[in-house]
Amino acid sequence: MKRYAKNINLVVGSIIIFGFFLMMIVSFFYTPYDVTAMDIPNKLKAPNTEHIFGTDEFGRDIFSRILVGSQTAFIVGLLTVIIGVVFGVTIGGIAGFIGGWVDELFMRLMDALMAFPGIILALMLVAVFGPGIVNTSIALGIIAIPNIARVARSGFVQHKEAEYVMAARLIGVKPLKIMFKHILPNVSSQIIVAASIAFAIAMLAEAALSYLGLGVQPPDPSWGRMLKDAQAYLIGSPWYTYAPGGAITILVLGLYMLSNAIRDIMDPRSKA
Amino acid sequence: MLYIIRRLVLFIVTVALVSIITFGVFQILPGDPVKTMLGTEADEVQIESLRKELGLDRPLHEQYMDWVQGLFTGDLGNSIRFSMPVSDLLMDRLPVTLSVASLALVIVLFVALPLGIFVAKRQNKLSDVLLSSATQLGMAIPSFWLGMILIIYIGMNFDFFKINGYVPWSESIAGALSTLVLPALTIAIPQIAVKFRYVRTSILEQMQLDYVRTIRSKGLPEKIVMYKHILKNSMIPILTIFGLITAEVVAGTIIVEQVFALPGVGQLLITSISYRDFPLVQGIVMYITVTVVFINFVVDILYSVIDPRIRLR
Repeated sequence: MKRYAKNINLVVGSIIIFGFFLMMIVSFFYTPYDVTAMDIPNKLKAPNTEHIFGTDEFGRDIFSRILVGSQTAFIVGLLTVIIGVVFGVTIGGIAGFIGGWVDELFMRLMDALMAFPGIILALMLVAVFGPGIVNTSIALGIIAIPNIARVARSGFVQHKEAEYVMAARLIGVKPLKIMFKHILPNVSSQIIVAASIAFAIAMLAEAALSYLGLGVQPPDPSWGRMLKDAQAYLIGSPWYTYAPGGAITILVLGLYMLSNAIRDIMDPRSKA
Repeated sequence: MLYIIRRLVLFIVTVALVSIITFGVFQILPGDPVKTMLGTEADEVQIESLRKELGLDRPLHEQYMDWVQGLFTGDLGNSIRFSMPVSDLLMDRLPVTLSVASLALVIVLFVALPLGIFVAKRQNKLSDVLLSSATQLGMAIPSFWLGMILIIYIGMNFDFFKINGYVPWSESIAGALSTLVLPALTIAIPQIAVKFRYVRTSILEQMQLDYVRTIRSKGLPEKIVMYKHILKNSMIPILTIFGLITAEVVAGTIIVEQVFALPGVGQLLITSISYRDFPLVQGIVMYITVTVVFINFVVDILYSVIDPRIRLR
């Protein structure tokens, strides 16, 4: 039974992620219509054979804009995860490996960051850094740090007393090398799971910030931003919201499924 | 007692750190905050007077101490955009946000608990797969899109619901509900989809314990086994959920207010960020976060009341 559910997660999750990834690559070279070409006479046309998702309030092809929007989603997700993993692993690693007051200081700080409701912290950081793809990613990256740091810390605490670490210490391997060359590969599976969840959360949060008008700004395409624009035409053209909303939901769903599958494969004990 | 003191110290440390972060983050603003707030057209006199007004001409630690004192006395200075005390603005908006959030909490509890019990009694392969899909979908769907879907399918089809604006309770209870039910549902649905499984898991865990086998074998009716014994012992995890959802419900309210054009704290926060009204942003962030931390603190204390064993850990 468990194996069955796990395989569904793995198969469906991989197909979704691969599909969107392919979409993103293709969108760099080809889109059915020019994403910025306005065609006012054909504005807000419901989905039809020429425009499978319809056209927006400027007559632009929604399908093409969804394709290009995937670039933003992936870029923000990737930047966020890179920031989260680099700082999270460094902070969590040092805290777990050194222990003592350093551990206490770092982890209390991480706890304090986690005490903020995610979106509140995101909004505050965006207020400071300003909008845009890079600033949004920095803000979301900072939010991803505490969780990854916690995971890394518990891994490093577990491993620092292990025999291979003792042995490495005895023959005089430098602490930094022990941390990153010896221990890190052993805790990488937990970090990968945490990072894949951070990826999903980042994509959702980017959409939310852009929907609120504080994340990615035009002309950069964003699914969240498209939903904000679509809301003004909810009564006459409700279908306008389906494509961007569906794209966010399906992509994030795929990421969650894949991260569940990775967790089950890498750590069979932690079946939720 | 020791347990409570330890929790209290942790609570105070967390709030202190949260206040330092909230205060500190605005110190790393690139450039002069006063110039950023006023825009490029501001002249020197304006800049100087605003700097004085905000107390930015004084040393950092003095500014911080003043701000913290303001948090306690409710005097957080004036909003730049609205030229009103921050606390007055918050008080104006608070009823809307509290109404949406509490309605959402009530819906979550009244649906997730029975649903969790219901599915715990019926276990099979198909329901397991369906339930875990529901949970994942609940985590993946953006609340603001869900809100729009509810507007399209419910709000536009039933005259009762208003899809934007707010009617105060004092004016009309039905009117207030007509503006609040859909936003509350928007927040509650994903929470239910995720949290009923906690209820289910915690009940299933209890069902496997020895005492359940004993009371069953002595012939107690199934209803009493479930509602008097199992449910009581499942309260700890269920309480945890309550702690978890308050943070998420509060955060959800911020976004969902925007979908339904509700004039709550969330909308105030978004407006204040757009206008770079930093004293207002700081105040709102601080109050919301402290509220959430406080609720979690209370939940921690309640744990030890319900299950005294926790104090020993």
